[in-house]
Amino acid sequence: MASTSTATITDHGKSAWDGGVSPMGASYGKLMMWFFLLSDAFTFSALLITYGLVRSSHNAYEGAVEAFKFSTSYWPIPEKVFEAVPFLEGISLPLVFVGIMTFILIMSSVTMVLAVEAGHRMDRAAVEKWMLWTIVGGLAFLGCQAWEWSHFIHGAHAGDAVAEGTTFFGANLVNNQYGPPDFAAFFFFITGFHGFHVFSGVCFNFLIYYNAVTGVYDRRGHYEMVEKVGLYWHFVDLVWVFVFTFFYLV
Amino acid sequence: MATTDIHIHHETEHHDDHDHEHHEGNFWTTYIFSQDHKVIAKQFLITGIFWALLGGTLSVIFRLQLGFPDMNLDWLKPVLGEWITPEGKLDPEFYLALVTMHGTIMVFFVLTAGLSGTFSNFLIPLQIGARDMASGFMNMLSYWFFFLSSVIMFISLFLETGPAGGGWTIYPPLSALPQAIKGSGTGMTLWLVAMALFIVSTLLGGINYITTIINMRTKGMSFTRMPLTIWAFFFTAIIGLLSFPVLFAAALLLIFDRSFGTSFYLSDIFIGGEALPHTGGSPILFQHLFWFLGHPEVYIVLLPALGITSEIIATNSRKPIFGYKAMIGSMLFIAILSFIVWAHHMFVTGMNPFLGSIFMLLTLIIAVPSAVKIFNYVTTLWKGNLIFTPAMLFSIGLVSFFLTGGITGIFLGNSAVDIQLHDTYFVVAHFHLVMGSASFFGMLAGVYHWFPKMFGRMMDNRLGYIHFWVTFVGVYLVFFPMHYIGIAGFPRRYYSWTNFETFSGFADLNTMVSVAAILTLAAQFIFLFNFFYSIFRGKAASANPWNSNTLEWTTPRNPGHGNWVGEIPSVYRWPYDYSKPGAKDDFIPQTVPYSETPESNLPHENELIRLESSGGDGSIIVEGNKH
Repeated sequence: MASTSTATITDHGKSAWDGGVSPMGASYGKLMMWFFLLSDAFTFSALLITYGLVRSSHNAYEGAVEAFKFSTSYWPIPEKVFEAVPFLEGISLPLVFVGIMTFILIMSSVTMVLAVEAGHRMDRAAVEKWMLWTIVGGLAFLGCQAWEWSHFIHGAHAGDAVAEGTTFFGANLVNNQYGPPDFAAFFFFITGFHGFHVFSGVCFNFLIYYNAVTGVYDRRGHYEMVEKVGLYWHFVDLVWVFVFTFFYLV
Repeated sequence: MATTDIHIHHETEHHDDHDHEHHEGNFWTTYIFSQDHKVIAKQFLITGIFWALLGGTLSVIFRLQLGFPDMNLDWLKPVLGEWITPEGKLDPEFYLALVTMHGTIMVFFVLTAGLSGTFSNFLIPLQIGARDMASGFMNMLSYWFFFLSSVIMFISLFLETGPAGGGWTIYPPLSALPQAIKGSGTGMTLWLVAMALFIVSTLLGGINYITTIINMRTKGMSFTRMPLTIWAFFFTAIIGLLSFPVLFAAALLLIFDRSFGTSFYLSDIFIGGEALPHTGGSPILFQHLFWFLGHPEVYIVLLPALGITSEIIATNSRKPIFGYKAMIGSMLFIAILSFIVWAHHMFVTGMNPFLGSIFMLLTLIIAVPSAVKIFNYVTTLWKGNLIFTPAMLFSIGLVSFFLTGGITGIFLGNSAVDIQLHDTYFVVAHFHLVMGSASFFGMLAGVYHWFPKMFGRMMDNRLGYIHFWVTFVGVYLVFFPMHYIGIAGFPRRYYSWTNFETFSGFADLNTMVSVAAILTLAAQFIFLFNFFYSIFRGKAASANPWNSNTLEWTTPRNPGHGNWVGEIPSVYRWPYDYSKPGAKDDFIPQTVPYSETPESNLPHENELIRLESSGGDGSIIVEGNKH
């Protein structure tokens, strides 16, 4: 039947959509995950579009990049805000740290792919190994984010990182040294919302790891749960690519 | 796995004890934390009815203020307490809270959860031939999130500062500043919390509905053999899945503005001469986000009602639904359009007139699929053997409201005409007819029609007729005059119109509206009596009381968990073979193969007989094999 022409299918063949089977060859659980991700994509889109609209209603910095100074009268250049790296205080390394974070998260997606693949082979030891690496990657990302937030909140102690006319250092939801209040508010809100997703992803990953270790999936006969959580993890990774683009690159 | 084993033993034990019914567990697992879609549907229905009663009562209270502005309301003191001022009047801020809660309750708790939650849950597994939803556990969670949301919203009614008062659309800055009015205080916080939980509930439900429809259809139930009800629930769930998360994002940002000092929606505000520190945000932004949900929400409310109506009108006209594929196509078209018309709610926010004209064009296009649906209902009724059951009457009532209210939508969708009509009672009249009353009638029609399947008993027809006529006439008496009041320019949400000499001519009309509203609410008690009385004392229903084709009528009178005893029936034909020429009866259920009805088969259907016998062999083309 594999080679049946389209004409016979529509005329009097049977199709996978005629009921009685899963038409897309996917279990209901996997479909549910896809639909949830679709829905979650709309949440993030709404937030990022909101960010874009508010940002575009603020002035952009017009002058030379070298002469850039923080001011509440225009949106800051992200490279000038995110240029710190742990243990290298005072050295300007624009976007290096967030680049490392992104790399870690993407690598954790790679290990997740390997875990899913090991699941297909029913290779319990490999699933455990790669799930563990994925969890480590997720925790490392969260740790980096914690450091970045903390640095963002406390501000730079050296150089000229003081907002015009004020002595406010760092940032909170109401004020920040880097630019208009909404800059920090959106930073906290959107990276925080994403970070929460990463955090729940790590929790799910741990649950899967735990189940794999205790042999639940071996007894069940398949490792589909790894695949489902993998979908979520890749989604969180994909969202980060967008967040990274809109907050750090543009 | 261990738990599953125990569960199975548990079940068999019970089977030994009582073999007459399919018992699953104790009172708690059967009626409270049930995972059976039918029980969950009933839970949604009962909760929805509770909210409908409350929402209706709130509306009557503010209609008292509007219809009888000089009336002494001291007699309401035992219920409303401090909300009645010492002069015996309704507190103006409480008036705002009343309209807000009326809107919120009706739109979300009654017509979204009460309608979609009830009938999607009840009908999807029964009509596509599934034992239950894809995930019974998530389905149960969906109800309990809704319940929790309901409890929080209900509690907010009893706060000292009152429930939310910024309108059901909760536009900031009013809703974002707790010091603005009483209704923006704790009431608003609880509103947002309740809505966040509500959204979770909707998503859990929606994901389940979509997945169940895709994956769990019985053998032969292709998409083009699904009843229109299922198509409607399918589209509704997809719309909800894509629009509610945007409200979720909007609500989260609003929570931050309210409680954590951000300025997402706020800028340049003075309260009592004092400048607030917020800068840089935009309240219009919230409106865009809100209406990106808000407009699809209209169709989340309406589509299930239209699906239910399609089914009931075809059954009770004893005719195939006219234009089955056109019905599906128009629903799909409406679903798509619903996402790209939201800014027609915002014509007067100062948006670029050119943008306004684009949204106007898109909005007016909705009239096309809507008209297709109306024509199809009328042509289905045309020359049918009409059986006027209460469900049928309510369905026809829906078509009437959908038409009447839809036409005024064309006025409002026009960005120039809207400048005059925006935020007047014309808008109130429009949406109460086209989406409020129409969907409400769809819900009532559904209850009357599927009551026998839900409770195994019949509702009383005579009480149903009285309920229908009083409600139908009442709804028109309430909302038709509002068109005039609106065209005259009277704004909605105003506590008092008697302050304006211009509107004093409408005093009698307003009084009449209020009287009609009270009578309409009173008529709902006839329904309530009928409903609850019939659950226990109604005439026992036959298995298929309406001689209907769809699968749910092939189940036992009181289907247990799992719906069908033995195998799930296969489906061989579409659900609308009513009065087929040559057939013995005027209906042929979906489970009857073409091979058994040679007398009525059409030529192309004879060809299908060949496929019916070869069920279950390897001839099914699975997606992967095609490439």
